[in-house]
Amino acid sequence: MLEFSKVKIWSIIAVLVAGVIFSLPNFFSEKQVDAWPDWAPSARMNLGLDLRGGSHILLEANADTLARANLDKMEDDALSELRRAEGGAITVGDVSNRGGRVSFLVRNVDEVDRAVDLLRNLSLPIGVTGQRSFNVEVADGNRIVLTQTSAGRVQAMNSAMTQAVEVIRRRIDELGTREPTIIRQGAERIVVQVPGLQDPSALKELLGKTAQLEFKLVDFDADPSDIAAGRAPAGSQILPMSDTGQPIAVKRRAIITGDQLIDAQQTLQQGQWVVSFRFDSTGSRRFARVTQENVGKPFAIVLDNRVISAPNINEPILGGSGVISGSFNAESSNELAILLRSGKLPVELKVVEERTVGPDLGADSIRSGTIASIIAVAAVVGFMLITYGRFGFYANIALVLNVFLIIAVMSLMGATLTLPGIAGFVLTIGATVDANVLINERIREELRKGVRVRQAIENGYKMASGTIWDANITNVIAAVIMMWLGSGPIKGFAVVLTIGIITSVFTAVTVTRLMVVLWLRRARPASITI
Amino acid sequence: MRLFKMIPDNTNLPFMKWRFWAVGISAALLVASVGVFFAKGLNFGVDFAGGLMIEVGFEQPADLDDLRGKVNSLGIGEGSIQEFGAPEIVSIRLPLPEGEDDEAVQRVVTSVQQSISGDYPDANFRRVETVSGKVSGELVRDGTLAAGLAMLAVAAYIWFRFEWQFGVGGLVSLIHDVFLTIGFFAWTQLEFNLNTVAAILTIIGYSLNDTIVNYDRIRENLRKYRKMDIVPLLDLSINEMLARTTMTSVTMILALGALVIWGGDVLFGFSVAMLLGIFIGTFSSIYIAGPLLLWMGVSPNTFVAPEVANAAAGAERTGNG
Repeated sequence: MLEFSKVKIWSIIAVLVAGVIFSLPNFFSEKQVDAWPDWAPSARMNLGLDLRGGSHILLEANADTLARANLDKMEDDALSELRRAEGGAITVGDVSNRGGRVSFLVRNVDEVDRAVDLLRNLSLPIGVTGQRSFNVEVADGNRIVLTQTSAGRVQAMNSAMTQAVEVIRRRIDELGTREPTIIRQGAERIVVQVPGLQDPSALKELLGKTAQLEFKLVDFDADPSDIAAGRAPAGSQILPMSDTGQPIAVKRRAIITGDQLIDAQQTLQQGQWVVSFRFDSTGSRRFARVTQENVGKPFAIVLDNRVISAPNINEPILGGSGVISGSFNAESSNELAILLRSGKLPVELKVVEERTVGPDLGADSIRSGTIASIIAVAAVVGFMLITYGRFGFYANIALVLNVFLIIAVMSLMGATLTLPGIAGFVLTIGATVDANVLINERIREELRKGVRVRQAIENGYKMASGTIWDANITNVIAAVIMMWLGSGPIKGFAVVLTIGIITSVFTAVTVTRLMVVLWLRRARPASITI
Repeated sequence: MRLFKMIPDNTNLPFMKWRFWAVGISAALLVASVGVFFAKGLNFGVDFAGGLMIEVGFEQPADLDDLRGKVNSLGIGEGSIQEFGAPEIVSIRLPLPEGEDDEAVQRVVTSVQQSISGDYPDANFRRVETVSGKVSGELVRDGTLAAGLAMLAVAAYIWFRFEWQFGVGGLVSLIHDVFLTIGFFAWTQLEFNLNTVAAILTIIGYSLNDTIVNYDRIRENLRKYRKMDIVPLLDLSINEMLARTTMTSVTMILALGALVIWGGDVLFGFSVAMLLGIFIGTFSSIYIAGPLLLWMGVSPNTFVAPEVANAAAGAERTGNG
């Protein structure tokens, strides 16, 4: 136990030196570290939002509305496929999409098989299980029923969420905030973390909007009393005006949507804030055609099912660009421009959790956490020194080295230090010390039994190791479970605890033993005070 | 140089003689904890109850009554408004708004903030936390699951490393620790949140650490003194480890004491729970984990493979005969 080969000694020293070097960037400001040469370490621990201030927002997708939208799309795709069928359109009737499935009657019973074939080809195979995005079944001879499969639903949610993360990133980038973190969490959630953001209301405004822009024709045939009562004629719908809330009837079918926009900007026009937009080439052609066909009629500009304005088409708009005017101010026109530029969210998102910490509280937490840690270390160091003398001194060096090692490992891993993480630091101090207490008490026992110095120390390390091992394994088990199941603060705490326990076994057992051995070789003491 | 020793060498306290008293007190505390838990419940923070928490800092000591009036007049339920660590800092807690609308809570935050900023332009919103009912439910589930799994996993580890009696002994003392800690939170009505769960999990780790250290020595002595009665053997083992137990507890108390006093208000509940856990954990590793071994019939033969034990018994008989 007391033998150390040269190789071993130097590797231990190398690890410790590396630990100190890689922890260094954390003790200097970012500017100073940037000025260091390239080969110098620059990775540092991330500070959690609770320490640096900022906003943490958890968004959840609305699975119901997504399923609903997918059902509508399935219906549209299926019906248009049958309309455009090669060898003649297949006429259908009695279409319904209640109860999570699309069903319709094929007029001509002889065409059922052809329709089923066409629709089966329309569904997409998913993964390796052979499941398809939806199932096609025939009921009562000529009724076709389309149901979405579970794999299809998962797939739809997956692609919607991947897209949503992108849209959110574009929206947040537009706000000009620094280094946001946007991570998908689980099947239906997205975590957004924006450091340094003190007032997240603008951010939440941006995240909570689907931003689906549609241009729809106003329905003039609707009876005003029907509109007031909320009854829409077939093929139309009643939507509220976004400023007054007044209902207006518009055609259900959009003549063009925001999907084809390539740019949107806020602009001042005659003292009024408006949003100017431009379509891509397909969008431009389509926009030109519908405006040509509908000169003199008003069309509604609809955002998320609220009508922003319903201007008259005075002349065909051929250039593919136009403006949206409404009762905008500088802020709301900018918001709309951002929303339109970054595209619509494929799924409705809502905020289910928010944690915002102001910079004051963060700074207070860093200060009190640091003070508490320093006092804790000082108290423990003093106590170890008066109890174990030289051996306490070695334990204290191990303690300090352990702090460096934890910081180095966290920096290299890019781990995040949170306020509970600081508490984890303080607890690790306890764990490091406990190992040395076990060893030192064992040495004392051996000496009391009359064992000679060298042997007593050897026995002390050997016999305490098993206990230290068992005790720390159980702690790691608890910490790993915390990391796995815990959220937010628990995770931050568990990360430090796990790293700290592992490094503490190294410093408290191996490193102190090395120090003791080197001392024994040099001094060859006949008796020791412990 | 003379070093400081808290526990004199060769201390020999008859721990097991007091076991009935100790276990009796523990049982009484357990019953009390369960009683308080059901009578008062826990003061759940937003993490577990859902709702919102706003921490506001002012330039001057805050007028709590005025703030209370303001918040209650918004018609969003009875707010709990308290000083938070300093007279200038106030925490405002509001329950989840009624109804299923997840975004209602966001609107409440905005209206509270506007109402306060209107009258106190110097108000500084230090912290805003909102947790919807669904998320808080999941946090409760995950927290409970984490604590339960951690206990089972470590008990399994002890069983694997020692014997089943030790696993059961460890598990029961952990349950004891967790119940008493929760009882303490119910009694003091300190806020129970995610940090508290982290504290409980750490207490589990620490208490177990202590239990294992004692068990390790008990196992060692069982192998060493094969003729010794179990009661004096437990006493001997605990006494041998007493210096270490005290030493480690004191260093932990020093470290945690620093956190309680200087660690700031956010960590206060966490640190207090941990500090309490050190006492409970040390106690249970002696008085719950120890006597349980006794009652489950641990003896020197526990650590000898059955055939060896039989052979030894046979040899003794032959020797006698």
